[in-house]
Amino acid sequence: MSVLVQLVGVSKTFGDAAAVHTVDLSVERGKTTVLIGPSGCGKSTLLRLIIGLLQPECGQIQFDGTQLRADKIDLVRRRVGYVIQEGGLFPHLTARGNILLMARHLGRPENEMLARLSELCALTRFPENLLGRYPLELSGGQRQRVSLMRALMLSPELLLLDEPLGALDPLVRAALQKDLKEIFARLQQTALLVTHDLAEAAYLGDKIVLMNEGRIVQQGSLNDLRERPASNFVSEFINAQRSLAVV
Amino acid sequence: MRRIWNPGVQEWFGRILIFSWVPGFLIFSASAGEQVQIGSKKFTESYVLGEIAKRTLTDAGVSAEHRQGMGGTIILWEALRSGQIDVYPEYTGTITQEILKRTDELTFEQIANELGKTGIGMTEPVGFNNTYALVMLRSRAEKLGLHTITDLKNHPELKFGLTHEFLDRQDGWRPLAQRYQLNPQDVIGIDHALGYGALGKGSIDVKDAYSTDAKISENDLVVLEDDRQFFPQYKAVFLFRYALPTPAIEALRKLEGTIEEAKMTRLNAEAERTKNYTRAANLYFEDSSGSTRLRQTAGPARTDGVAINTFGESFPHKLGRWTARHLELAAFSLLLSVLVGIPLGIFASRGGAIGHVILGFAGIVQTIPSLALLALLVPLPFFGISVRTAIAALFLYGLLPIVRNTATGLQDIPRALRESAIALGLSARARLWQIHLPMASRSILAGIKTSAVINIGTATLAALIGAGGLGEPILSGLNLNDHATILQGAIPAAALALLVQSLFDLLDRVLIPKGLRL
Repeated sequence: MSVLVQLVGVSKTFGDAAAVHTVDLSVERGKTTVLIGPSGCGKSTLLRLIIGLLQPECGQIQFDGTQLRADKIDLVRRRVGYVIQEGGLFPHLTARGNILLMARHLGRPENEMLARLSELCALTRFPENLLGRYPLELSGGQRQRVSLMRALMLSPELLLLDEPLGALDPLVRAALQKDLKEIFARLQQTALLVTHDLAEAAYLGDKIVLMNEGRIVQQGSLNDLRERPASNFVSEFINAQRSLAVV
Repeated sequence: MRRIWNPGVQEWFGRILIFSWVPGFLIFSASAGEQVQIGSKKFTESYVLGEIAKRTLTDAGVSAEHRQGMGGTIILWEALRSGQIDVYPEYTGTITQEILKRTDELTFEQIANELGKTGIGMTEPVGFNNTYALVMLRSRAEKLGLHTITDLKNHPELKFGLTHEFLDRQDGWRPLAQRYQLNPQDVIGIDHALGYGALGKGSIDVKDAYSTDAKISENDLVVLEDDRQFFPQYKAVFLFRYALPTPAIEALRKLEGTIEEAKMTRLNAEAERTKNYTRAANLYFEDSSGSTRLRQTAGPARTDGVAINTFGESFPHKLGRWTARHLELAAFSLLLSVLVGIPLGIFASRGGAIGHVILGFAGIVQTIPSLALLALLVPLPFFGISVRTAIAALFLYGLLPIVRNTATGLQDIPRALRESAIALGLSARARLWQIHLPMASRSILAGIKTSAVINIGTATLAALIGAGGLGEPILSGLNLNDHATILQGAIPAAALALLVQSLFDLLDRVLIPKGLRL
């Protein structure tokens, strides 16, 4: 089992806002790793460190065996897809324009791009006739599918998803969870997903990483967390979510 | 300045194209060549004296151009010193007080000596003494029994409407009030020409005037006697650069002692009645002793030529000329504002010290009154009394809305979207052109629209420094207190502003991406 991303002793502070403290984490190829924890626990910060939106104060981040460097970060970014809560689609570009933006920037052949676009529409169950619409003309679920297509366009080795389903209503959310699981399986996609929903984490994740106050508290399967909690916090977190699910 | 770009509406679009290619300032830096440049201040008498000088020089075989109504004393003096103009009519009292900054009265020789040190020559007085005076409606003065300025002391209820220049002059209102111990309850500043209207309507009772002012007899006003000899002598002279060729200086000297007060008042009245300074100036030659000489040398054909130049022009043609020049001024300065303002706005949007400096600078420029900005630019070496100066001032005014809207538009892009663009791996350049600028386009265009409308309005002031445009009729209308002439400039300027506004509204549909207009 090989490791695609390796974080060793990574720390980041900004003022008194969310921060991470000496985090060690491996993201394994072909697996879905889920970061979970209460708001402000530093899970989104980890994603932003991996994509180079933030630089760690200490520690190392390796991507595919090479340490991240500021001057080479764009090359890494092209091998990584990034999806955020509201989709992050550019309002002045159509769905198609958003998805093809980077491929066009890199001068990929037009027919190759269009073939890939149809493939992605089928994969994400997005109607091709809506590709000419602007983000504001699409529903929240459709926007997330477009955002996912944009992230997958260049067949990235790693997919980073920062609460991609957080703003959707429950029915759309359930449909997308199911589709994501299928997509990850079909593509053998290495993914790192941030969520605060334990059910989603358990449904999609091969490995669950529970964070609190900038530190990793425990990692493993849902069963590991439930049966062998590393601390009171772990039990409290699991129980809180379970009781909500029961209600 | 030689008319290199003689305006015509049909050439307008072609010229815009040229402007976007040719480094524009080259066009304006065309030198005045051999022509003697005559300047005049923004009031009738100065215009008429300028025209008289022009014809005198032309008749003596010296090519001359008259740039009418360029501004006030300081603008004319700086223009003369820096060689923007070669000659202009001035008054001895003004020279002492405003140019030499002396509080004591100087003899004529002392003034000539002082000016000589700066390379400026002065003719002997042309004759009349146009001093300041306080005037009132004859009927009102008689009713109150007022004859002298001293008499005003007992009527503090009278409303004084004084020109801004008179209010500020060292030999103006404050020392006058002190000398006569006047303490009126109400003193307001009002434009000279408008003041006459106010006097007629009774909204003011007393105003300052020049003793040769045609309006005095026209409006049935009386001059209150300066019984304590407060006002200094204001003998009219021509100031000229020593560098002027001898034939030109000799020609000017022929004007010495030829215009007494009554004659000047008559020429002024003629100018205001006919609204034509050239015609009034011609009157001087017709009934002066030199008229035979002039007819012999110049002949009637020349007089006709002068006439055709100014009043043979039809109104639509004039309007076309004004409008074309106005658009040139506004469009060219706007183009510069856009080319400079958007990059500055991009820098400013990144915040930090540089951003603050840029926005602060643009903001400060905006707070300088437009007249003051023109006056500040005129003494600078590259500018002077020229189209260049007008464009530079308009450019500076147009800067702030564009810089600020560009900066705000860029700063308003949500962080999540900026980060998405970074995370995709787009280069900084691609992010700017493909993401940031299109997303800020609505705000940037709104800034450009604001600048354009401001420029159309402010460009009317360009006429103050002889740069032409629709301000030309507004200025002469103000000067002649002639509403019809003012409207000839004001209405087209307002229409132009509305037109530009709607053109930009159309442009929005083309330039703002559809996705942002949903």
